[in-house]
Amino acid sequence: MERSSASMWRKLNSRYNLVGTECENCKTLYFPSRIVCKNCGRQTKMRDKTFKGTGEVYSFTKIHVPAEAFREDAPYTVAVIRLDEGPMVEGHIVESDKEVKIGTKVRQVFRKMLVEEEEGLIHYHFKFEPA
Amino acid sequence: MAEIIGYGVHVPHYRIKVEEIARVWSESAEGIKKGLNIREKSVPSHDEDAATIAVEAARRAVRHSGIDPKEIGAIYVGSESHPYAVKPTATIVSQAISAGHKLTAADLEFACKAGTAGMQMLMGMADSKMIKYGMTIGSDTSQGRPGDALEYTASAGGAAFIIGNDRKESIATILDTVSFTSDTPDFWRREGADFPSHGGRFTGEPAYFRHVISATKMLFEKTGLAPKDFKYAVFHQPNGKFPLVAAKQLGLSDEQMRDGLLTPIIGNTYSGASLLGLAAVLDKAVPGDKILVTSFGSGAGSDSFAIEATDGIEAKRARSDKVLDIVDNGKIYIDYAMYLKNRKGIRK
Repeated sequence: MERSSASMWRKLNSRYNLVGTECENCKTLYFPSRIVCKNCGRQTKMRDKTFKGTGEVYSFTKIHVPAEAFREDAPYTVAVIRLDEGPMVEGHIVESDKEVKIGTKVRQVFRKMLVEEEEGLIHYHFKFEPA
Repeated sequence: MAEIIGYGVHVPHYRIKVEEIARVWSESAEGIKKGLNIREKSVPSHDEDAATIAVEAARRAVRHSGIDPKEIGAIYVGSESHPYAVKPTATIVSQAISAGHKLTAADLEFACKAGTAGMQMLMGMADSKMIKYGMTIGSDTSQGRPGDALEYTASAGGAAFIIGNDRKESIATILDTVSFTSDTPDFWRREGADFPSHGGRFTGEPAYFRHVISATKMLFEKTGLAPKDFKYAVFHQPNGKFPLVAAKQLGLSDEQMRDGLLTPIIGNTYSGASLLGLAAVLDKAVPGDKILVTSFGSGAGSDSFAIEATDGIEAKRARSDKVLDIVDNGKIYIDYAMYLKNRKGIRK
């Protein structure tokens, strides 16, 4: 995850709110956003698309040996979520009294993803919790 | 008149029981439970803070209200645990609820009553038609020094309220409000300090009780309403005992206090406490029910409100996430070691 203020600022929409894109020409949905539609090429007519934030677990794994930035978080679960609208997105699964399985229904929540050193920025991001 | 258009709350999943904290400090759990009228408290996850709690509550409030968040003209977030000393929580909320950029926003701090201070600011702005809608939030991940009495109660949670001026969209009308404020050194936290300090028993009579009772009596006097006119009453709840004692002194019954008293099951959510209690009461109120709310913030002050549920409350009830459902569902009990880890008391 980039740590500069500018790159963080540019991506706030898609980090806070699952804002992707939709090709108005062929109705294909994308997350993360794309500028050019894979189907339409030069005929692409993209617009922003905010996904509902609900879906189900397509696959998941538990991270016990994390990257340095997530040292305090381990062990934690990362999953591939198939959003109700279709696109797949990777996301952290937050604490839950429910066991995570393939097919578990999830909903988007708002959490801290990364906290820079003592004087740095706090990066907020969508994560998912079992619904 | 200012109207409540919608509300939402958030309480973290983690809980720690009084017995577990008392075990670590070799204190009497039964004595604490009886003395403070508290059974357990909420604990934020390692990746939750006052901003994430504010956002979750705000999103629920937007869903409940049914408004377009881009029509929100002001966002105020009251907290004593804002994640940044300089950089507003309110702008994080505005981005996360897609409120757009045509709004004013600010963070407020008045110990546990900054959320209701925000409500008063929005009442003026809505009444004067300066804004169509405004959002006030009380959100905290409060701190209690290990071994201090506060450790049994200091918890995490928040509530968001959307205020407007259109009766047709209203779920409740704010009939009136008054405040009682004084310079009282009962509880404080200096810049950079990890934990608050307090005046022990001084936090009772000259602080909590003086301000809550004075503000509530002022409201009765100003509105001509009496304790019996209110179906529900909600006071700030630093523990489960103080609000019931204050209620008794004001002529209010335990029955009037029951539905808005959440501290026994989630702890003291500080800036969120009185607003969470109000939300719990609105979950049950029917048109015509009058609700008394008096907050308290150390330092010190109280804001008192007379609120009346309107016909619109029933129509929006189906799309609200009920406070008690959020409190009861998905609880995860943790021990003191996990509590310390979540609160960054121990690190790898």
